[in-house]
Amino acid sequence: MSPTPLHLLWLLFAPLALGLLAWVRPPRHSGLVLFVAMPLPLVALWLLLGLDDGPMAGQLALGPLTLHWRLDGLAALLWLLTQLLLLASALYAAGYVRTTTLGQRAYAWLWPLMGGLALGLGLIWIAADLLLLYAGLELMGLCAVGMMLLPGNAEALTAGLRYLLFALVGSLTWLLGIALLLGAWGRLDLAGMAGLASVAQPDPVTQIAVALLASGLLLKGAIFPLHSWLAPVHGSAWTPVSAIHGALVVKASFFILLLLWRALLPEAIAGAWALGLLGSLAVLWGGIQAWRAVGLKQLVAWSTVGQLGYLMLAFPLLAGTSAAVALMAWQATWLQLAGHALAKAAMFMAAGNLLLSTGAHRLEGLTGTSRRLPLSLMTFGLAAVTLMGLPPSAGFTAKWLWLQASLASGQWLWVVVLALGSLLSAIYVFRVLRCSFVEDAPEQAFRSLPLGMELIALVLALAAIGLGLAAGWPLSFLAPVGVP
Amino acid sequence: MSTMSALLPLATLASSLLTAAVIFMLPEQAVRTRTALNLAAALIKLVLVIWMARGLVAGEVYAVEFAVVEGLSFVLRVDALGLTFAGLSSLLWLFTTIYAIGYLEDSPNRRRFFGFFSLCVASTLGISLAGNLFTLLIFYELLTLSTYPLVAHRGTPQALAAATVYLRYTLSAGLVLMIGMVALQVLAGDLRFGQREFLAALGPEARPWLIGLFWLLTLGFGVKAALVPLHGWLPRAMVAPAPVSALLHAVAVVKAGAFGIVRLVYDVYGIAFSASLGVLDGLVVIASVTIVYGSLRALAQQELKPRLAYSTVSQVSYIVLGIGLFGPLGTIAALAHLLHQGLMKVTLFFCAGNYAEELGIHRIDELDGVGRRMPLSSLAFTIGALGMIGMPPVVGFISKWMLGMGAMQAEMPWVIAVLVASTLLNAAYFLPILNRLWFRPGPAHGIGTWPAERAPSRLETSVWLLLPALATALLSLLAGMLAGLPFSPLQWATRVVEQTYLMP
Repeated sequence: MSPTPLHLLWLLFAPLALGLLAWVRPPRHSGLVLFVAMPLPLVALWLLLGLDDGPMAGQLALGPLTLHWRLDGLAALLWLLTQLLLLASALYAAGYVRTTTLGQRAYAWLWPLMGGLALGLGLIWIAADLLLLYAGLELMGLCAVGMMLLPGNAEALTAGLRYLLFALVGSLTWLLGIALLLGAWGRLDLAGMAGLASVAQPDPVTQIAVALLASGLLLKGAIFPLHSWLAPVHGSAWTPVSAIHGALVVKASFFILLLLWRALLPEAIAGAWALGLLGSLAVLWGGIQAWRAVGLKQLVAWSTVGQLGYLMLAFPLLAGTSAAVALMAWQATWLQLAGHALAKAAMFMAAGNLLLSTGAHRLEGLTGTSRRLPLSLMTFGLAAVTLMGLPPSAGFTAKWLWLQASLASGQWLWVVVLALGSLLSAIYVFRVLRCSFVEDAPEQAFRSLPLGMELIALVLALAAIGLGLAAGWPLSFLAPVGVP
Repeated sequence: MSTMSALLPLATLASSLLTAAVIFMLPEQAVRTRTALNLAAALIKLVLVIWMARGLVAGEVYAVEFAVVEGLSFVLRVDALGLTFAGLSSLLWLFTTIYAIGYLEDSPNRRRFFGFFSLCVASTLGISLAGNLFTLLIFYELLTLSTYPLVAHRGTPQALAAATVYLRYTLSAGLVLMIGMVALQVLAGDLRFGQREFLAALGPEARPWLIGLFWLLTLGFGVKAALVPLHGWLPRAMVAPAPVSALLHAVAVVKAGAFGIVRLVYDVYGIAFSASLGVLDGLVVIASVTIVYGSLRALAQQELKPRLAYSTVSQVSYIVLGIGLFGPLGTIAALAHLLHQGLMKVTLFFCAGNYAEELGIHRIDELDGVGRRMPLSSLAFTIGALGMIGMPPVVGFISKWMLGMGAMQAEMPWVIAVLVASTLLNAAYFLPILNRLWFRPGPAHGIGTWPAERAPSRLETSVWLLLPALATALLSLLAGMLAGLPFSPLQWATRVVEQTYLMP
């Protein structure tokens, strides 16, 4: 049996249905969540394996509107990653509610929002026109804001509303961009627009439209210098929400940006370099801020800003470079994205465990954790290995490929950025690990945590490590050439 | 035998990796299980390495490889050179494990310690079996990560500061290495160790690049090998527990750096091509400076462990010196010394640890008359120290003799002067210690008291601490006296060299 569009629909809407079900009866046991939600990643895996004959594509006519979709290897991989991380986050949430005092209603609301987020992300991965992308982006953004508001305290509300404001501004620029493109080209499907763009010289309207779309996405994706909403929002959010947000939500904006750029302005080298430079600044600034961060969750959030910056290096390395360089950059980008998603989710969960157990919010409160919470600390360390780009991890293999692409194309600047970024990440990571080694600290009261919460994070961190050496398998599903 | 050929290197690696994983899972209190596991793993690994050495001599090929991404492979491949280092680390790991079990008795955080200890040795093994630069780098960085918790183990401000300095040096060096290796790959593709003709065939326009990359990579490896001026981390790391010092100085870390340079010269560039690029002379100069500088600094130290640390800085550079001397004898000297220095240095650190544990001695002027109170440890120390000076029949003599011959073969007679100066300096900083141990009256003769004496035991100190020191001292003696037998360090090094020089 090979996958049909019906299976896609099922995978899109099943999480939402499960979320609504859980809204009525919020689950309190990880086992139940695992049992009910396990089929989702399995179906996503089956979809991925069923793509042997090439990508699936089609369209859906809704009255005057025609929506285009397309499932290729990359989309299927990202979908699988999404389902896995959502499952991990859901499992974690079921343990989280037992160890913390969350509001009953707020906890119930988590589930439909998570389902909506799954739907939004799914739409983004398979969308092949701007309208469908817009729908996915909005749904994802609103669900993400909703999840951030769940704690309900003043801090979370302030940060969450600020996030909402940024997201809305981003949406407005997006709509404007779409309107301009629709007026100039008369169509919104990416394949058709790419076909036109490849023969016509890019006109000013297209450039302005793509600039608008890009700035909207930079806002939503927390790319430097539009990142200021990210750290506060994570400081107050629930751990499973932070994990899913840092791992997936910000990545989706980057995914769309790269998709659009490749389709509409493949030869715009100056613009690509500008994005690469923004990314470089993000790497440096994110690293420095993480170095200076006072709280553990802020540190992890700032590290996301820096790590997203690496992804932006894809633009200059893909634009106008040789096929070999483009292939390396292409593989490095998705490897980094997947590795970072797994590692960041693991790191948020491990950090959440450490904070939950020690009750501390500052790094200094972590003294003595190496004796009392070795598993969570180990998970934090393993996740950090990926973030630092040390072997054997996905971050390392991606860094190797990026360095190779930069050197082979003569774009030396990125070598410097990658080197500085690695050093900065080592500095902020070892700030945390160092605290845990201190022996003469006063004994604190440690709360014990369910083993499941620690194990989920450990599995994710190990997956990020394993992906470094087993990169060949997932990368074999990517389109062989740099162009999607 | 094809499955065996892939299985053996993986099993050897797994013997330490799995041990680490299991140790992390065991509870802190499971002392007996952990001890048994540690010893069993160390023995199994030693057996596996010996098995591979015999197989290799018989002409077997042991290799595993798979592509990580296109054009980038993970390669484990057993060759004589790699087995030299693997054999050293497995043998010394056994002794260091025994020593560590005794040393850390009843101290906290032993699970963490032994977990990372195993991981550290697994990385060392990976470095020795790696078949290309990419794989080497993976384990090289893993070694950095796994030694950090060991250096920071005590958790005191000094330990944490030393660990931070260690990281600063090694992580920056790792980054430099990575950039150098990627650049080499861009130039020449995914080179396997031993494919030396590729770089030589690149043509004259690539030569400046190759020279630059050689020094970049040497810079990267030079940090762990503690070449002056990249040695700053090593003396500071002395705050770590004694078994860790042994590990850093004799088994794993500095040896990994030196081994990296060995691989770079013999198996990536090729010795003949390195000589034609003119980089070997530079290595000789750097090594000579390091040898003399390390000895001078050792002379200035008032405490035992820092003196030994600077002595390591000096002695490890003998390996680099031997590499730099173009000719088979220099190479034999380098490889033999890789093994010899490990045996002697580990003995010295075991004894220094014994003095500190049993009597609370840290400073050299507290050593008066220790030979009477702890005769066996002092005997082991004496053998190690005499070996370091180069006194026959201890193995250190063979190293120095071969180095001198190598210098003559490479037509660099001035190197002999460096060796003589270094030997005099070695004598100047070791003989006063021996004098204090044996000939000066001290607390054992009723004059003064020991700084902090432990309750006396049946032997002069715990068996766990004494036996490893005696064993390695005996081995350094035997390896010198029986240097002509097959499988002695010297014979094994000669065997490696025959392959390096006779094969194109």
